[in-house]
Amino acid sequence: MSQAGKIIAGVLAPHPPHLVYASNPPQNEPRSEGGWEVLRWGYERLQKSILAKKPDVLLVHSPHWMTTVGHHVLGLPHFKGLSVDPIFPHLFRFQYDLKVDVDLSSLIHEEGRKSGLIMKVMKNPDFRIDYGAITSCYLTNPAFDIPVVCISSNNSPYYFSNEVGQQQMESLGEATARAIARSGKRAVLLASNSMSHRHFTSEPEIPEDMSKEHIYHHGQYLWDMEMLKLMRAGRSRELVDCLPEFMDMALAEVKAGALTWMLSALGFPQYPAEVHAYGSVIGTGNAVVEWDHWTHAQGEVATSEVRS
Amino acid sequence: MNQLVTGCYIVPGLPHPYLAANRNPGYRKLADAFHRIREEIHQSSAEYILYFSTQWLTVLGYSFQADPQPEWVLVDHNWHDLGSIRYKMRVETEFAAHYAREVKSMGHTVREVNYKGFPIDTGTVVAHQFLNPDNRLPEAMVSCNMYAEKQETLSVGQAGMRAIEAFGKKVAIVVVTGLSSRYHTEDLPLEKDFLSSQKDDEWNRKILEILGEGRLEDVSEVAREYTRQANADMGFRAIWWLNGLTGKHNSFVGQVYEYQPLYGTGAAVVSLKPTQLIRSIPGWVNDEADLVERMDRERDRLRSRRAAAVTSDIASRPAEVSTTSPTIVTFEAKARDASEIAARGAPAPVGPYPHAKRVGDFLFLSGVGPRQPGTSDIPGVSFGAEGEVLHHDVVLQTEAVLKNIKAVLDEAKVSTSKIVDVQVYLTDMKRDFQRFNKVYAQYFGAHGSWGCNPTRTTVEVTALPTPICVELKVTAYLGE
Repeated sequence: MSQAGKIIAGVLAPHPPHLVYASNPPQNEPRSEGGWEVLRWGYERLQKSILAKKPDVLLVHSPHWMTTVGHHVLGLPHFKGLSVDPIFPHLFRFQYDLKVDVDLSSLIHEEGRKSGLIMKVMKNPDFRIDYGAITSCYLTNPAFDIPVVCISSNNSPYYFSNEVGQQQMESLGEATARAIARSGKRAVLLASNSMSHRHFTSEPEIPEDMSKEHIYHHGQYLWDMEMLKLMRAGRSRELVDCLPEFMDMALAEVKAGALTWMLSALGFPQYPAEVHAYGSVIGTGNAVVEWDHWTHAQGEVATSEVRS
Repeated sequence: MNQLVTGCYIVPGLPHPYLAANRNPGYRKLADAFHRIREEIHQSSAEYILYFSTQWLTVLGYSFQADPQPEWVLVDHNWHDLGSIRYKMRVETEFAAHYAREVKSMGHTVREVNYKGFPIDTGTVVAHQFLNPDNRLPEAMVSCNMYAEKQETLSVGQAGMRAIEAFGKKVAIVVVTGLSSRYHTEDLPLEKDFLSSQKDDEWNRKILEILGEGRLEDVSEVAREYTRQANADMGFRAIWWLNGLTGKHNSFVGQVYEYQPLYGTGAAVVSLKPTQLIRSIPGWVNDEADLVERMDRERDRLRSRRAAAVTSDIASRPAEVSTTSPTIVTFEAKARDASEIAARGAPAPVGPYPHAKRVGDFLFLSGVGPRQPGTSDIPGVSFGAEGEVLHHDVVLQTEAVLKNIKAVLDEAKVSTSKIVDVQVYLTDMKRDFQRFNKVYAQYFGAHGSWGCNPTRTTVEVTALPTPICVELKVTAYLGE
C-alpha cells in the first residue's frame, strides 16, 4: 500500500468474560439469562461505530497475556482453539478462530526494537489466546472477520514503579503508531482494560443476578468518574499523568498499560472521547470509551503520519 | 494414628529445567533435584500428590481441580519459545471434594473445576512432568488466592490437613513456588543466567539455610519481610499454606537439594520430612492477628512442659492417654561405600546419614536413640491426645539405646570393648540423671559388662528429634 496507514479509532475495551457469557454467542459453551445490559448495549453502539469505519485490522493489548520479559506479538497467521478463563471457567469456554495480521505484528516488533524495547514474536502454534484479548475482540467485532494483532502486557516495568511502566507503554504506543503508518492499514486499537478493579470475592449463585451487581466501593466510582470526565473533556495527557495515582487508589487495571499505550499511539488526543457505557462487573468499574480518531482527524494530517 | 503426610517438597515453577535443561548446567541440576524427589515420592508410601502452585491464581475463593483426566498442550505465555508441554494427568477427585467441602465450611467461595481445556498452570504441569510423568500416583491441586493474607492462607492449609484425614490416604505435598522473583527484564542468553540481585541471593540463601534446618514455621514467620526485601514469589504464600497444613512447627528434617538462578529469580528444590506426627489441630482458630497466633503457641508450649512433668497416676488419666508412638518419618539406611555402616538391627535413621562411619582407626556412630528397630515404637513413653509426651521412663529407654548401639557395632564387627568415648543427651537432667547412671554403670566402667571404660560427656538438651528422653553418641577406636 502506498498510502500511509492510519489509526482510525482507539477504544477502551474492557474484557469481563461476563459480557460474553451474557451474550450467549454460539462459540461460548455456558448459557446465561443475560445480564450487564448497559455495558453490552454500549458495546453494540461501539460495534456500529467501529465497523462503519471499515478497519483493516484490530490491535488488542490484553493484560491476560502476561509476559515478564518484553512485549510480545503474535507471529503466526491463524490461531484456533478453546480458551477457558482460569478465574471464571463456568462463564467462559470459548471456541476462537482468529486471523492475525502477521505483517503488522512484524512491523510493531521492528519499531519497538528501534525504540529500545524488548520485543518478541510468538511463533508457537500450540499457543492459546488469552480470554482478555478474545473478549475485547468479540465484543467489538463478533464476526471475527477482521485480522487482529495481539500484544502482550509486559508486567516487569511494574516491579519498579507505575511511572516506569507508563513510560514504557508510551514508547510502545509510539512504536505502534509508526508501524501502523508503515503498514498502510486502517487500524483500531483496543485497550483491553477495566477501570477500578477492586471486586467482590464471592459471586451470586446465578452469576447474572443483576440485583447483586454494584460497584464494590463508592470511592472507586468517584475515581472512575474523574477519569471519565477527563476523557470526555479531551484532556488525555492530563489523564495519563493521573493514572499512576488512579492505579494505586482504585487498583485500576489500567496498570497493565493498555490505556496508556493506546492514548500514546493516538498522540494524546485533545478531542472528547465518547463514553458508550459505564457499569460494574462483580464490583469492578468498566467503561466502553471510543476516541473517534478518523472523524476528528478529517481535514488534518493523521497524527500517525506526523510522527512517522 | 498413621503419619498421613509422607513428605513435603518445595519446587520451582518455571519451565526452564524441564524444557531447557541442556542450555544451562544450573537448570540441569534443578532437573536432577526434581528427579531425586520423584524417587523419594515413589519409594515412599504416598498414595497421591497434593500440589499448591503460586501460578494457579484465583480471586474468588479457592478452586480445586476436579477433571478426572485433564490433558492439554501447554505453552507458557512468556516462555513460549522454549516449546510446548503435552500433559495428561490422573486427578484424585474424591480428595478434591473433601478439600472443597472443608474450605467451603470456612465461608469461602469454592469451585471444583471440571472443564475440558481448563488451563492448568505452568508450575503444576512442570512439577507433574518431573515428579509423576507416568501418572503412577493420582494428583490433587488447589489454587492460590492472590488476595488472601497470611491467616487465611494458613487456615486454608490447615483445612487441607483435615481433608487429608477425612480422605484417609497417605500424601506427598508439593508446593510450587519460586524464591525471590525479580526477573531479568532484558533478553538474556539462558547460558548466562544469574541472580538479578545480590541482595535477593543473600536473602534466598538465608531462607534456605533455615529451611535446611527444618524450621518451616520460622520461615513462615519471616515471609513478609522476605517478600519486602527480595520480592518473594506471591508473597511466599506457598510457605504459609504448607505451614498451615503441617500445623505450624519446626519439626522437620530439611534438605536443600538444589538452589539456582532461573532468569534472575531464585529457584530451589527442598525436601522437608516431618519428624513429628502431622495431623489437624482441633479448635484451629482463624486468628485475625499474628499476636493472637503467638499467644496460642505459648499456651501450647506451657501445656506441654506441665504435661511432661507428670510422673505418676497415668492409669487414672482419661482415655486419650496412649502408649502408641507417633509415626516417625525415617530414611533408608544405606551404606554408600565400605566405610559406612547400615545396620539392619538398628532403628532407621531420621535423616540422611549412616548408622556409623569408619575414618582411619576410628568408628564414629551417629546418635542412637531407643526406638525399636523396624518400627516407630519408643519404649517407656506415654502420649496425650495431641501427641504430647505425658510420661517417659529413662531406664527402659537407656536399655533400648544400648541395645541399638550393640546392633550397630555388631554390624560393623566391632566389639563393645573398643568404645573410647560416649556423649550423652538427656532431655531432663534433674529428673533422669541418676536413673540413667545406674543403667549406664551396668554396661560401662569397672563393673560394666561391655569391658570398656570410655570418656563421657553428659548434657541436657531442650528436645531430641523424636519424642525420646535419651540419646547416645559413641566413638570406638579400632587400633590396638
